[in-house]
Amino acid sequence: MSLVECFTFEVEKPIKSMSDLQNLEALVTQVRRDILRQVHKVNSGHPGGSLGCAEFFVALYQELMDRNDDFSMDGKNEDLFFLSNGHISPVFYSVLARSGFFPVEELNTFRLLNSRLQGHPTTHEGLPGIRMASGSLGQGISVSIGAAHTKKLNNDSHLVYTLCGDGELQEGQNWEAIMYAAGNKIDNLIVTIDLNGQQIDGSTDAVLPMGNIKAKFEAFGWDVLEIEKGNDLTSVISGMKNAKSRTGQGKPICVLLHTIMGNGVGFMMYTHAWHGKAPNDEQLEIGLSQNPVTLGDY
Amino acid sequence: MKKYTNTGNKDTRSGFGAGLTQLGKTNANVVALCADLTGSLKMDEFKENHPERFFQTGIAEANMIGMAAGMTIGGKVPFTGTFANFSTGRVYDQIRQSVAYSDKNVKICASHAGVTLGEDGATHQILEDIGLMKMLPGMTVINTCDYNQTKAATIAIAEHKGPVYLRFGRPKVANFTPEDQNFQIGKAVHLQVGRDVTIVATGHLVWEALTAAETLNEQGISVDVINIHTIKPLDNKAILDSVGKTGCVVTAEEHNYLGGLGESVSRVLAQNAPTPQEFVATNDTFGESGTPAQLMEKYELNAEAIVKAALKVIARK
Repeated sequence: MSLVECFTFEVEKPIKSMSDLQNLEALVTQVRRDILRQVHKVNSGHPGGSLGCAEFFVALYQELMDRNDDFSMDGKNEDLFFLSNGHISPVFYSVLARSGFFPVEELNTFRLLNSRLQGHPTTHEGLPGIRMASGSLGQGISVSIGAAHTKKLNNDSHLVYTLCGDGELQEGQNWEAIMYAAGNKIDNLIVTIDLNGQQIDGSTDAVLPMGNIKAKFEAFGWDVLEIEKGNDLTSVISGMKNAKSRTGQGKPICVLLHTIMGNGVGFMMYTHAWHGKAPNDEQLEIGLSQNPVTLGDY
Repeated sequence: MKKYTNTGNKDTRSGFGAGLTQLGKTNANVVALCADLTGSLKMDEFKENHPERFFQTGIAEANMIGMAAGMTIGGKVPFTGTFANFSTGRVYDQIRQSVAYSDKNVKICASHAGVTLGEDGATHQILEDIGLMKMLPGMTVINTCDYNQTKAATIAIAEHKGPVYLRFGRPKVANFTPEDQNFQIGKAVHLQVGRDVTIVATGHLVWEALTAAETLNEQGISVDVINIHTIKPLDNKAILDSVGKTGCVVTAEEHNYLGGLGESVSRVLAQNAPTPQEFVATNDTFGESGTPAQLMEKYELNAEAIVKAALKVIARK
């Protein structure tokens, strides 16, 4: 082995330069505009949770995931992502489009008849970037465990990422999956919980208190870490990189991502009111004025 | 009449186990998942031969179905195993969204279907599963009649791309189809050629249909017997060709008449050739504890019931 080879090892990409970060921040702002405009146009959809996860999706698709240029359903030799809480499709679609999976103009077809951008994500219409339908809640962790098993069977060292809502954890299937993943050492899996404390009928504590979610995951045998500032891009990137560094050690990883539902649009923040409600014309203008155009509207 | 020989009673679930064992050797992408019923599903041999491709999920069927759907991403062909009740009703939404709507190549293999599960009673006997599964867009639904056919079907579905529901049972029943049969999904098997009445049977009722045909033949009635192993997609042509000749039909299945094979046949006939039909099936009821033979008799799911239905339907012509 040469001296050069001795010192050649894989390192994470260095922390972003300010200009890179500014670009990603600009993308986050544009994604917020995309979310608002998608749901406004069809007067339906879920802006609240979508806005809260804009930073997460940008970090995931622009920084974290090792992904191939061309989309393939099998996703061999690349990281995979599964959205379990499919109702936040507006943020998913926006980031997929702006990451090159399909034309940005197609965001115009969100929830329209004959669109590939169904109300909830689906493979059925062949939209690149989607590998599993979601919407009926609680199924994403199970699916991700299956995909993670297949990665190992295929000697593919890439990771599987999943996002779940916190309210979604009320679905029992999650706990079957959470028990299985720890018991079977699924350590190529990072499940992020969008901890915004809100669901349709009110706060998660008001609807069905879930107690200490961190303690619950730990009791099931997961390695849990928290990102306290889930709407701060730098915190999300560094937190998720930390999560990535903890894979391959015999435990599945859970990231508790503290976010604000409706983040970035003043009147939508800190309430469940905008979970599944679209802004009217006036509200749209207010929301857009708080998020000026950066990359350009579709 | 063609003569069929029972080469010895065997359970269809063992046919599934044998098929899975063979697939383990021939198809490296086949993986198996089981929710704490490995012995009952006869999956032990696959598990022993390929521990790295066998996944014990515990008593957590919803997670098992979701995992199976995820495993297809990257090219695996997952076979899930549990009782028919827990393979369908318990996990219907998981199958609907993660398997059927997502068009995943999952093989849902379901044992202990129908009343012949026996003594465990109605909590474990499902008579609604064919209906549940055939309503799912894109789902192939197969109900095999004996050991050999179940083994052949298990091997065949691995080559079929798309979700499949494979239904089989617990008790030892006549094994009479050829060991080396070429199982073709969606292709009916014509067992007897006759002119007076058609019997379309599936699963455990196929052997009963052959027995009924012998009895009817002794009374001078000539019977066409069709083994419908694939309920969806249904072999419409085989059914229409037969009733075109006989002018009446009896359908026979170990399932509720609502949602079963009989209704699928009715639809084909209503659209193409309205024909008198009688149903040998359960009558919108749950099962109960008892031996398989007792239950088949009480719920009129045997050769005697088929003969009765045949005489009735002939009189309606």
